[in-house]
Amino acid sequence: MKKQEYHPFEDNAGEFQDKLFETRIEAVNLAYKKAPKSEWAKYAERMIHIIFLLLGLITVGCVLLITVYLVISGIPAIREIGPVDFLFGREWASTAAEPRYGILPFILTSIYGTAGAIVIGVPVGFMTAVYLSKLASPKVKSVMQSAVSLLAGIPSVVYGLVGMLVLVPGIRKVFNVPDGASLLAAIIVLAIMILPSIIKMSVTALDAVPKEYEDASLALGATPIETYFKVSVPAAKSGIAAAVVLGVGRAIGEAMAVMMVAGNVPNMPDSLFQSVRFLTTAVSSEMAYSSGLQQQALFSIALVLFLFIMLINAMLNFFLKQEKE
Amino acid sequence: MSNIITVKDMCLWYGDHKALNNVNIDIPEKSITAFIGPSGCGKSTFLKTLNRMNDLIPGVKITGDIRYEAKDIFGRDVDVNNLRKEIGMVFQKPNPFPMSIYDNVAYGPRTHGITNKVQLDEIVEQALRDAAIWDEVKDRLKKNALGMSGGQQQRLCIARALAVQPKILLMDEPTSALDPISTSRIEELVMELKEKYTIVIVTHNMQQAVRVSDYTAFFLLGELVEFGKTDDIFSQPKDKRTEDYITGRFG
Repeated sequence: MKKQEYHPFEDNAGEFQDKLFETRIEAVNLAYKKAPKSEWAKYAERMIHIIFLLLGLITVGCVLLITVYLVISGIPAIREIGPVDFLFGREWASTAAEPRYGILPFILTSIYGTAGAIVIGVPVGFMTAVYLSKLASPKVKSVMQSAVSLLAGIPSVVYGLVGMLVLVPGIRKVFNVPDGASLLAAIIVLAIMILPSIIKMSVTALDAVPKEYEDASLALGATPIETYFKVSVPAAKSGIAAAVVLGVGRAIGEAMAVMMVAGNVPNMPDSLFQSVRFLTTAVSSEMAYSSGLQQQALFSIALVLFLFIMLINAMLNFFLKQEKE
Repeated sequence: MSNIITVKDMCLWYGDHKALNNVNIDIPEKSITAFIGPSGCGKSTFLKTLNRMNDLIPGVKITGDIRYEAKDIFGRDVDVNNLRKEIGMVFQKPNPFPMSIYDNVAYGPRTHGITNKVQLDEIVEQALRDAAIWDEVKDRLKKNALGMSGGQQQRLCIARALAVQPKILLMDEPTSALDPISTSRIEELVMELKEKYTIVIVTHNMQQAVRVSDYTAFFLLGELVEFGKTDDIFSQPKDKRTEDYITGRFG
């Protein structure tokens, strides 16, 4: 179209230009074909893709490996002892002359301990989250949130240590019991340990509630507190439920801190002041010196714990999916 | 006709920025008053002052005198929640709660202490009828409100506001997020509602102001330039700026 501008006096200007253009295209095409860089770029692209895939597969591979390993090494003892005797046996005496391998005490202790931690930790964590998300001034919020993050970063052995030195003697004195190392001590330590996960996740869920909902409620004459509990919290309920499940997961998987404060004796958890042993600590406290069927039974305990965690994870995913919808 | 709201020498600051300057206006009862003006002229800010929704924004300072039924709305003895119950609000974007249609409408009455099921049913039905949406939703009151169309959601929000039996309904560009058909339904509804309620509507759309309102206030740069009968404002504006705006010379 514009060729006349270039060669206004030549009739064949168009043809000439077309040819020139074609030649250029060919040259460019040739350059691309010859360029080793283009092949190399494609190759590199593919390689990088594969490397990332492999890195991703490490995680999946580990999960698969652990699952398969736990199932293979956990099944034999359950078979030998019998699933009913193993899961519902009330006595664990692995080193006795006539060993007994009943893990009901551990299962119940883990369930009670976790439930207790939830009963204490959820109301505290939930209220804290509502306060942080809705009521606190920005300054207070930032200070308290850093404190919560710090709490999450404290190693569990430190929780155990403080629990051992402060909580256990405290319980002994306050409740006048012979030994403060008990289910109650474990529940309190676990409740504190799950606070950060519950608070952080609930705050995230509450912060995500659209301001329009709250404005609508206030404009109807509801007070701010009514608004938070009747509109904001229900709107964030899946996220808060996920926070609770995450807390359950943390509590049931914790070993070190509860080993240090729960007394670590394989009793049935008949009372809050009983010295007890959790599923996690049952494995860790005997693994070092175990052998034969005893060792296999420890693997079986790990398998049971693993199944619990899987169940909790499935629940977590369910709530998170709901939250997204 | 008496004035339900009277405003004298009202100024409003966001921090150091003066957003409203010496506003004086009397809003007549059981009529429709439209606030028009270009974006950022302060009309929405002024609307939100009337039910004290601006209190929620940090750094807002208000001076002057605003009276609702002759009572200072910033007075010490005024319960702001009660004020907001009497002066309802409909927002720009439809914002039903993520609950059932019934619960949305029943939210207000429940908040104000009505728990009787029969009474609630009655209030909900009446509010939905008043908002001209009853026939569309009566068979799915238990369904989530977020499943409705935008226009339906906005009429539900109007029903929700009516359910607490306000005297005034403030509407902040209620149709700006809606399609033309939904818009005209809302406009019809607004004109029906003035039988029972005083309506103040902020709009970007001058045709809308002409179609629905009895009185029009023109805001510009935080000032109330002109206020009067809609017919007068649009046929013989007194102020040059009003004339320029309504003839489309700016804005």
